[in-house]
Amino acid sequence: MTAQAETPTLPGKRAERRAARTQRIREPRTDRLFMVCVYLLLTVFLAVVLLPLLYILASSFSSPQAVSSGRVLLWPVDFSLRGYHAVFANPQIIQGYLNSLFYTVAGTIVSVTMTVAIAYPMSRRTLVGRNVVMTLILFTMLFTGGLIPTYLVVQSVGLLDTRWALIIPQAIGVWQVIIARSYFRTAIPEELVEASQLDGCGDLRFLWSVVIPLAKPMIAVVALMYAIMQWNSYFDALIYLKNPDLFPLQLVLRNILILNTTGGGAVDASVVIQRQQLADLLKYSLIVVASVPVLLIYPFVARYFTKGILIGAVKG
Amino acid sequence: MATLTTVRPPAGELPARRRRRRRERPGLKGLGRSLQRHWTLYLLMVVPLVWFAVFKYIPMSNAVLAFKNYNVIKGIWGSPWVGWQNFELFFHNPVFWTLVKNTFLLSVYTVAASFPLAIILALALNEARTGLFKRTVQMVTYAPYFISTVVVVSMTILVLSPRLGIINEGLGFFGVPAIDFLGDPDYFRHIYVWSDVWQTTGYSAVIYLAALSGIDPALHESAKVDGASRLQRIRHVDLPGIMPTAVVILVLAVGNIMAIGFEKAFLLQNPLNLSQSEIISTYVYKTGLLNADFSMATAIGLFNSVINLALLLVVNALAKRITGNGLWS
Repeated sequence: MTAQAETPTLPGKRAERRAARTQRIREPRTDRLFMVCVYLLLTVFLAVVLLPLLYILASSFSSPQAVSSGRVLLWPVDFSLRGYHAVFANPQIIQGYLNSLFYTVAGTIVSVTMTVAIAYPMSRRTLVGRNVVMTLILFTMLFTGGLIPTYLVVQSVGLLDTRWALIIPQAIGVWQVIIARSYFRTAIPEELVEASQLDGCGDLRFLWSVVIPLAKPMIAVVALMYAIMQWNSYFDALIYLKNPDLFPLQLVLRNILILNTTGGGAVDASVVIQRQQLADLLKYSLIVVASVPVLLIYPFVARYFTKGILIGAVKG
Repeated sequence: MATLTTVRPPAGELPARRRRRRRERPGLKGLGRSLQRHWTLYLLMVVPLVWFAVFKYIPMSNAVLAFKNYNVIKGIWGSPWVGWQNFELFFHNPVFWTLVKNTFLLSVYTVAASFPLAIILALALNEARTGLFKRTVQMVTYAPYFISTVVVVSMTILVLSPRLGIINEGLGFFGVPAIDFLGDPDYFRHIYVWSDVWQTTGYSAVIYLAALSGIDPALHESAKVDGASRLQRIRHVDLPGIMPTAVVILVLAVGNIMAIGFEKAFLLQNPLNLSQSEIISTYVYKTGLLNADFSMATAIGLFNSVINLALLLVVNALAKRITGNGLWS
């Protein structure tokens, strides 16, 4: 449709317009109706996803009374930051936030290192036995020992109720290994290995100074996948941790948001109501605070994410 | 390969060439040579391989617990064998059929709802002309995938809450009395599935969009020349084009039917909706970690894993026979 886009001269534009006009005439009427349907459909999708998000966001910036009486729709009512004050005044939440930061950073470093360490050798065609290894790894995707057998291993290794319990047992994702291996295979030509070998470069040196710099985009994608998984996970903390000081944010969130445990015995009715209203408001603000870090990074990396998924899905 | 034969330094080249030929020889001898030459690479793999052995394969062997009566003092291998007793107990437990039915229905419903919707979204996005609107739709529908399960469940609970929720607010406007959605077991499946659809459709659509962008434009051009409408082109060009991807996704989804996520079901559960929300994985958690009946929980988990693997193999074989595509060739 826009074939003349390279030459922005007047005749070019005119030709383009003419082309567009003939295009429009050639298009059957049903097609135009169809396009209307397509845009309608997309609008519905957009609204369905966006409206709940806006509702939560608007509620989080409203006053406790407005939230409790259900007056908030998609715009803050009686704008207030009391929910956020309550969030940041809660020591449990702050501790959880810090813990989650630690788990995310440390976990991502461990995971990425391990993933590269297994994926790179398997991408080299010269290694004997890499297909056996790959099959063994893929099999763990299809069949697992189950919850209790895994729990017993974590227990016997002595990780129970330590910070490492959230980092080591799920350090490697098979999916990420597949992505990394495919990338190494397609982006690092065999000729490069041979050339550097002739120059007397060892395998490790080659990995460090040639492969990793070349694989930066993929490493970024894999690192972000791990980071987001870490930030969002709560199940491992639920089963492996007992000490509340080690709880990641998601587990704190679950205790507050879903189990409704915001301590404190009350005295008279008006205090109870006020506290209840603030607790309601706190939930909305907490949802926003917990999701913002991930959603902030997301627009910047969405493109790479798409590519990462594609590499894994198409060439796996 | 060609570079090596053309670049030929006089002395140092010979051993390299010999090694190259030997490398292709399979078997133990080849492994020995490869080890000698690339020992650093093998060394690199050691830690991850140990990890796989410890955290994936030892649990698999620990699954023998299903056939034992676990005794903490005697350990896994020292505990007495009991044969199929744990399985028989589970199959005769009145809760057995409820669990299987809940797990199965929840899972099938999820696949049935999210599989076509993701394709529809991808097709619609593919038809829309590039611009701000299209990019916005894509960004926004993709975003919930990054929100954690805990938060999505909390949002669901808040939105559906009879006291605060906007849904009941809306129903109240039409004079409908407030409904306690999460307290009614009959609503559980719908809540589970549609909140899942809300969270993952945009993400799943990306894979189909990629497949769509891989379709040869010449096919569309020739279909246009033949006078095909947009709808016809979707039917005869786009859909066949994304078939392989769709089959793989569907096989994976069906293969996971019994392994439906613990996380969400557990979070959405409450004593009131338990009759439909208790699924195998949540039951395993309760039996194993809350009641500390390790052997029974292992047996149930093993039953689940085996059914799952069998389903995956059957569906994959079927898919390969019918469409020629499968997970592996």
